[in-house]
Amino acid sequence: MNRRAQYEARQKRRALIIASASTVFIVLALVVLVPLAPGWVAVQKSFFSWDIFVRSLPKMLDAFTLNIAIFLWSAPLVAFVGLLIALARSVTAPALFPLRVFGAGFVDIFRGLPVVLVIYLIGFGIPGLGLPRPWNSPYIWGTVALVLTYSAYVAEILRSGIESVHQSQRSAALSLGLSERDVMRYIVLPQAIRRVVPANMNMLIALQKDVALLSFIGPVEVLRQAGIYKSLFANFTPYVVAAVIFLTFTIPATRYADYLMNKQRNERS
Amino acid sequence: MNEVKLRLEGVSKSFGKNQVLNGIDLDIAEGEMVCLIGASGSGKSTLLRCMNCLEPIDDGYIYLDGKDISEPGLDLSDIRRRIGIVFQSFNLFPHMNALENVLLAPRRVLGKSREELVPQAEELFTRFGLKEHMHKYADQLSGGQQQRVAVIRALAMRPEIMLFDEITSALDPVLVHEVLDVLRALRDEGMTMILATHEMNFAKELADRICFMDGGQIVESGKTAQIFSKPKDERTRTFLKSLLVS
Repeated sequence: MNRRAQYEARQKRRALIIASASTVFIVLALVVLVPLAPGWVAVQKSFFSWDIFVRSLPKMLDAFTLNIAIFLWSAPLVAFVGLLIALARSVTAPALFPLRVFGAGFVDIFRGLPVVLVIYLIGFGIPGLGLPRPWNSPYIWGTVALVLTYSAYVAEILRSGIESVHQSQRSAALSLGLSERDVMRYIVLPQAIRRVVPANMNMLIALQKDVALLSFIGPVEVLRQAGIYKSLFANFTPYVVAAVIFLTFTIPATRYADYLMNKQRNERS
Repeated sequence: MNEVKLRLEGVSKSFGKNQVLNGIDLDIAEGEMVCLIGASGSGKSTLLRCMNCLEPIDDGYIYLDGKDISEPGLDLSDIRRRIGIVFQSFNLFPHMNALENVLLAPRRVLGKSREELVPQAEELFTRFGLKEHMHKYADQLSGGQQQRVAVIRALAMRPEIMLFDEITSALDPVLVHEVLDVLRALRDEGMTMILATHEMNFAKELADRICFMDGGQIVESGKTAQIFSKPKDERTRTFLKSLLVS
């Protein structure tokens, strides 16, 4: 081992010892100090009851499949509407100016409103028009609210991707005689979409969590199910169950998004 | 002299207040090879981009086979496919392999089928020594190889004129010759070519005519031998002196 390697090994060992020591200290402090708090016994009983955890878990998991279903049909719609809006904002032909204005207005409105508010307005407002049976479903209008909000964000991400494709790529494609439309379809969009995959992964994760907001307008998904159990057992543990269920899905997904993001950064440099 | 293929009359172009081309007159004959020389910023690149209609011109006329192609509102796609251009920075499409780069435009613009195009493309790749690199992506190719693919991509449209915008300037000096060899081959086939270049020895060897540009104007234009041996204009002399260690 040469001098440099010896030095680096020593540094590494030192860093490891310090990191472990401080972690052990913090964990110990939490384990010892938190139970000393005056309300700990009550909190433990109402949030961390193992008995209630086990009893509520099966049905909570069941309810979570509804979250997944709503997510699965919303995500492709978000991608599709987001792409349309991004394209609408990128057109240059004067005849299509109204389309650009529409795109800009759409993005301004739905990025500017809290998701919950959009869900309330659309989820309660539109069925209130007195629509016949299947068309007043909160599933439909809840999905619409989510799709509108999230496609506004996705459209902006896509548009930044479209603008990040260098002008020289367009020039090269145009110089071969390709039409503006073909340049967008075969040259710009494929490169743009690839570049914004990691950013859109984060949007997908956020969408997956926000499906829970539909509980406010009716569907019994995991958060609403937790609320029902809370009232039934007079205990908050079901909320902790919901949190655990969400985390088992979102943590791997966020790690994967980070991995994609890092990979892309390394490729570019 | 052959027939005039491309004629420029009083071509002018500004970017904002910056006048980049100032009344360019130039005739290019069928099968002729013309080199544009001059310092950076003298307007060579812009002139080539205007010939390909990538930049609309402000004033003047450009005729291709006697037909005015500078008229606003014309179908540019139709003109561009007859005039190929190769850029300094290669500009291969990074998400497609070399073969797909070459096939895209003939398929979409000329509406030819893959089956029909692949043998033609393979022939071009073979001719320029790139057969084994056909399925590679731009980031797996050297600069010289990328630039040759870019030339093949332009040639696949069977253009009548080829424009080359300092295509060796971004290359490692040891790779320059492989790209120049490609140009030599095209020259031998009688392709009409216009080059903006800093490779004076190459220009001297192959060009029929040299145009020296300065400040958006063609200051001096003449037979290659004449420009290099007896330049008439003082500016041409100064420029050549600054380049050639002679």
